[in-house]
Amino acid sequence: MLSRYPSEFLACLYRTLYTIRRFETHCIQLYRDGLIRGYFHPYLGEEAIATGACAALRPTDFITSTHRGHGHCIARGAELRPMVAELLGRATGYCRGLGGSMHIADVGAGNLGANGIVGGGVPIGVGAGLASKLRGDDRVTVIFLSDGAVNNGVFCESLNLAATWSLPVIFFVENNQYAVSTPIEQATREPELYRRGAAFGVFAEQVDGNDVLAVYERVQTACEACRQRSGPVLLEAKTYRHGGHHVNDPGAYMPKDRLDYYRSIDPVERGRRTLREAGMPEDEILRLEAEADEAMQDAVEYAKASPEMTTAEFLAIVEAY
Amino acid sequence: MTPSVPIPSSAAARTILYREALNEALREEMLRDPSVFLRGEGIAERGGSYKVTVGLLSEFGPRRVIDTPISEASFVGAGVGAAIAGMRPVVEILFVDFALLAMDQICNQAAKFKFMTGGKGRVTLVIRTQGGAGNGLAAQHSQSLEALFYHIPGLKVAVPSDPFDAKGLLKAAIRLDDPVIFLEHKSLYMTSGEVPVGEYVLELGEGRIRREGRHATVIAWSNMVARCLAAADRLAGQGIEVEVVDPRTLVPLDLDLILRSVKKTEHVVIVQEAVRRGGVASDIAARIQAEAFDYLDAPIEIVAGLDTPIPFNLNLEKACVPQEDEVIRAVKRAVYAT
Repeated sequence: MLSRYPSEFLACLYRTLYTIRRFETHCIQLYRDGLIRGYFHPYLGEEAIATGACAALRPTDFITSTHRGHGHCIARGAELRPMVAELLGRATGYCRGLGGSMHIADVGAGNLGANGIVGGGVPIGVGAGLASKLRGDDRVTVIFLSDGAVNNGVFCESLNLAATWSLPVIFFVENNQYAVSTPIEQATREPELYRRGAAFGVFAEQVDGNDVLAVYERVQTACEACRQRSGPVLLEAKTYRHGGHHVNDPGAYMPKDRLDYYRSIDPVERGRRTLREAGMPEDEILRLEAEADEAMQDAVEYAKASPEMTTAEFLAIVEAY
Repeated sequence: MTPSVPIPSSAAARTILYREALNEALREEMLRDPSVFLRGEGIAERGGSYKVTVGLLSEFGPRRVIDTPISEASFVGAGVGAAIAGMRPVVEILFVDFALLAMDQICNQAAKFKFMTGGKGRVTLVIRTQGGAGNGLAAQHSQSLEALFYHIPGLKVAVPSDPFDAKGLLKAAIRLDDPVIFLEHKSLYMTSGEVPVGEYVLELGEGRIRREGRHATVIAWSNMVARCLAAADRLAGQGIEVEVVDPRTLVPLDLDLILRSVKKTEHVVIVQEAVRRGGVASDIAARIQAEAFDYLDAPIEIVAGLDTPIPFNLNLEKACVPQEDEVIRAVKRAVYAT
């Protein structure tokens, strides 16, 4: 199976997995140092989903993201410098320091934005799909959402709209099994979330969210379906957070054996192993990691040295409101 | 702010209905720009509950004019997403009361996207809807909710009072790069007025003196304008010359025009159909007294709806929203003519 993929491609996937992991660990440290304020929802443990999904997309495709959105941004090709700068609230950030962790968007690069509202990005993604259909282009939109969002009304509405209008949209449920701290089993009688697709006439399947190649393949297939006007598609990736809901949540409610299990199938480690098995020598992997570390270090230094927007500059913006 | 097309001064005008003026605006903008499209409940085959979209399905086809399921949060949100992705959707919400089902998408998404992206994102969206009392439609189909949108930075709010403004403002709203809440009034659809034959686009944020006068300034919008003009006619017969100012959009608000009139007349009455508490009138009054306190010769009068849900009974409904006589009484109080 692995021979189907050239090692350059596998290295690409691993570089993204590793970069997301390092981004989160670096930034969590910046948070603990008091340099990042507000909410910070780490993507640790879920890296394979954004990485695999975005690897299947074309540059013109769209994504919408969630409050746990750093991984999606990076996988969609965001630059680390303005990302870290945004988390530090600097004027050189993606949103000039006005958005922060939960609002990074890069419309030109096809990222229609993270979202501070659970489910908020879901109808927006449907709208992007609608735009593609009206223009007659073959763009696909991947809507990343959480198991928390599937119990919000807009999920049902949006799945129905996308199905009714046959939109080229992939609803990608990242089932990390907790809505903040509420386990999925306490939030719905049917925790196999992909099964909701059938009720709307939408093809749906489940995928191992900790296996980057499995995710890539499912999204690739779903994209083809969408480009052939057979969308939408609902995908559910089972995964698990490596910690609490946000940096200050120790996640005491997460059973240790379950956490241990999911750590044992760590998506970043698996990506690395796959790369080794495909024949990439250890020293080349180490070099790849060193380059990613360096890029991250550079981004942190860039952000730290960046100015903040002045109050006068801000007031000039406020004038327009 | 808006690319403005000069109003043809000598162009022939004809008298058309408010709903026909809106229909012309949609049609012209759809012809002009292929990225304009319409979504709403019953807007396609049926032509809309108030016949605003009649004929557009047959002219522009089922891709650009389509009925949506009753899923306000998501079809408004889809409008937001399509706008971000480069289209210019005009989404119709059947009653402004139903906009409450979509408030996350309106207030948290559409209003804030440009800001949150540091000015890089654009939400080129118009949400057309209608409010107001008038036909015994009771508490959930009669509200005037402009204050909710007025309160949220990032939204523009248009409140056209006649066919001329309805057409020119809707065209401007569609061309604007910011989300616009376009508030029509159910009692205005069948009213008529002069509209030029040629194309014109108004500017959001430019109010209009609907009647000149020197004794008192009456500020009103939407359905209250006609009521105030009628009151002004009667007051003129009693020697009180009222200036009626229609801001036409509440955000942006043409405060300059209002202040010029206030400084001239020194007496102010603000008339809104919406409930008194937390209304736009209160805010306009606060801004006037802050900017023109020394010119005021009397306390600012506010004539507003009662702080109550709208009752079904027609007589009681009438008692809840400002009537001509109340406007007259307020003007007289303001000019000490009681």
